[in-house]
Amino acid sequence: MKILNECRCSFPAVSANEALARAALSAFLIPADPTAQELADLRTVISEAVTNAIVHGYRHKEGMVSICLRLLPERVIYIRVSDKGCGIGDVERAMVPLYTSAPEEDRAGLGFAIMQTFTDSLHVRSTPDHGTTLTMRRRLGCSEEQDEA
Amino acid sequence: MKIHYETADARLFVELAGELDHHSMGSLRTEVDEAIFIHNPHELILDFGQVTFMDSSGIGLIMGRYRILHPLGGRIILLRPAPHIRRILRLAGMEQLASIKNELEQEVAQ
Repeated sequence: MKILNECRCSFPAVSANEALARAALSAFLIPADPTAQELADLRTVISEAVTNAIVHGYRHKEGMVSICLRLLPERVIYIRVSDKGCGIGDVERAMVPLYTSAPEEDRAGLGFAIMQTFTDSLHVRSTPDHGTTLTMRRRLGCSEEQDEA
Repeated sequence: MKIHYETADARLFVELAGELDHHSMGSLRTEVDEAIFIHNPHELILDFGQVTFMDSSGIGLIMGRYRILHPLGGRIILLRPAPHIRRILRLAGMEQLASIKNELEQEVAQ
């Protein structure tokens, strides 16, 4: 598929960089003219993915998180977040809402549920001891606006 | 973030601000818990009025405080969340653990 625009960056797996990932995504998305809700949704999605890489992938050990953002035809936004951390042994269990491998940190276990709800597709590729790559797509302009009254 | 306690009605107010993510949650959680243990409030009011972003780290904050307060008979009020934050609160089923309100009702003086 033709890539209309692309941004790749890598940064150390430290929590301060969760905000950096959101800022990079915002800057990339603005020219695609997302609604306020689409922007908020995708900022939440990348925050969840990057936090997962830091908290669960590297478990606060050193490493790099890489993100790749693409604008594809028909206003499809592609987001890939990858780490070379410990990987997920059981992806199905990790995706069960409220399951968390870090309850002592007050992790809610809702990261995957939020990523699934706020995107059109979510793909997880993970190999224990080698890392995890999350790939998500969301088409702008076709979501139901929520009634917030 | 500002924390203040109103002795008269045993309410602990926490005015959250800015972006609530895993990074900002560390020290914030400790400060809120210290205030809970000092005051043992009947109500914990988490004011989201100045919060511009929240991910599931904010849900973890609410769930963790619920686990502390609920056995003591305390309750949680989530005040003034912006629409995108309200969406995440609903998605996580937080209305089952806390009341979500746009404003606090006036206490009627007896």
